[in-house]
Amino acid sequence: MNALKGFSAPIVTGVVLLGLWEGVLALLDPKGFVLPAPSEIVGALIDNWDAVFQGARITGFVAVSGLIAGIILGILAALLVTRFRTANETITPLAVAVNAIPIIALAPIFNNWFGLTSPRSNQAIVVALVFFPIFINTTRGLSQVDRSQIELMESYAASRSRITREVRIPNAMPFFFTALKLAASLAVIAAIVAEYFGGRQDALGPMITQSAGLTRYDDAWAAVLAGTAIGAVLYFAVIVLERVAMPWNSLVRNPK
Amino acid sequence: MSEVPSMDEATSAAQGASSLVIDIRGATKVFNPGKSNQVEALGEIDLSVGPGEFITLIGPSGCGKSTLLRLVASLIPPSAGTVQVNGKPAEQARLDRDYGMAFQTAGLFDWRSVTKNIELPLELMGWSRGARRRRVAEMLEMVKLSEFANHHPSELSGGMQQRVAIARALSFSPSLLLMDEPFGALDEMTREHMQDELLRIWEETETTVVFVTHSIPEAVYLSTRAIVMSPRPGGIASIIDVDLGDRNASTRDDPAFFTKVTEVRTALRKVEE
Ligand SMILES: Nc1ncnc2c1ncn2[C@@H]1O[C@H](COP(=O)(O)OP(=O)(O)OP(=O)(O)O)[C@@H](O)[C@H]1O
Ligand SMILES: [Mg+2]
Repeated sequence: MNALKGFSAPIVTGVVLLGLWEGVLALLDPKGFVLPAPSEIVGALIDNWDAVFQGARITGFVAVSGLIAGIILGILAALLVTRFRTANETITPLAVAVNAIPIIALAPIFNNWFGLTSPRSNQAIVVALVFFPIFINTTRGLSQVDRSQIELMESYAASRSRITREVRIPNAMPFFFTALKLAASLAVIAAIVAEYFGGRQDALGPMITQSAGLTRYDDAWAAVLAGTAIGAVLYFAVIVLERVAMPWNSLVRNPK
Repeated sequence: MSEVPSMDEATSAAQGASSLVIDIRGATKVFNPGKSNQVEALGEIDLSVGPGEFITLIGPSGCGKSTLLRLVASLIPPSAGTVQVNGKPAEQARLDRDYGMAFQTAGLFDWRSVTKNIELPLELMGWSRGARRRRVAEMLEMVKLSEFANHHPSELSGGMQQRVAIARALSFSPSLLLMDEPFGALDEMTREHMQDELLRIWEETETTVVFVTHSIPEAVYLSTRAIVMSPRPGGIASIIDVDLGDRNASTRDDPAFFTKVTEVRTALRKVEE
């Protein structure tokens, strides 16, 4: 499959790094709780499989649902802002102001609003963090269009919505996907960090804080590994989606 | 009785006006009027272009060539005066899709194949899929790019992209073709080749062309009339009738060609003083 091309190098790099990690720890043999070897982490993962899997499902759901909501809101805001001047003058400064707030610091406050054990507050954190890069980049892509392409469409008496569909949206796609790659990793980080402060207690976040509190570092690392897997799956999905959505883009970057 | 024009006179006057493809009267263009960055881009312009003419606009940078072309295309409104195209206001001509346009940058859409780029205006005009495909095939034949129908623009050379842009501009057989330095980015050989292509298309399709260029030989080779423009504010300094008739490989070595080149160059020197 064409969309999968180019993944062999990072996989090889990853395997080599893991081998080095395992080998160095085996040679130097420091105390296991400082940094568990990959084999110990995998062992902990197998031992706690049910709990970790359940945690990953909950955290994954928070990250993915927040990501999707953030994407939808970001795109809608970008479309509004490029279409209507008044929307631009109200939404953009507001978004910039909101972005200046360290959103993650709001997690304990959000917990108060949505209930300490509700995942809603965590989703809200993810949405707020994902929104901004999607909104800013998509807006840029929708507005930074070659002027002659717009004039060409106007010379065909094309309607504004047609110009948006035929020119602005395709033009914005590379900008959007750049932001989406960032947002996909951000969503998982945001979900786990938000879970440190509340939400469901069987999610990955509490699992990490509790295991670390009990100095069961291999269990903590197993949960981190699960979070990494969610991030990797999301990132991979975005890359596949990008190649499917913009088959022309690889041509632009690597002209024959 | 004698003050009332006869039926015949009225009709012929109306026909006289409507047989013009472009009729510009007293058109001016001021950008950002009343602001500190106000630019008087065009002074009063009067210009009439008949059907089948090939007009080139030449003049120093910033003298308003592109602005004049945009006025005709109704991409910007004049600050004063009127611009008529095919006997109606330029705005109406734009809405009726009376003209095709090509710019210095090909302005192709990377996300569309060559075929779909040429098809775009036809799609907007609601042509059926079958009719679109037939027309695109003809157009590709004309610009000699049939083998590249399913390529994407980024896979083509600059000259090939420009040919696609021209095919796109011509795809719906507009009666008027507006071109802003379309060959400006091409090397000399490709440029001369494209000039011959354009002349062939112009003769075959009997369109009217307004063509902006910086090149004196290009203006002389292509046009029936070369319009020399002067800057600050932009205006028409002189109009030089050229028309070298049938052009071929030897035309560029023809004394008549050099005479006209000298004539245009002299006019340009005066303008730039
Ligand atoms: N959209 C605009 N806003 C403000 N000023 C403009 C605008 N477009 C053109 N001008 C000004 O109008 C003048 C004429 O510009 P125009 O682009 O028509 O020149 P030109 O003859 O096409 O030049 P060139 O040969 O360099 O393409 C210039 O002084 C330019 O700065
Ligand atoms: Mg210009």
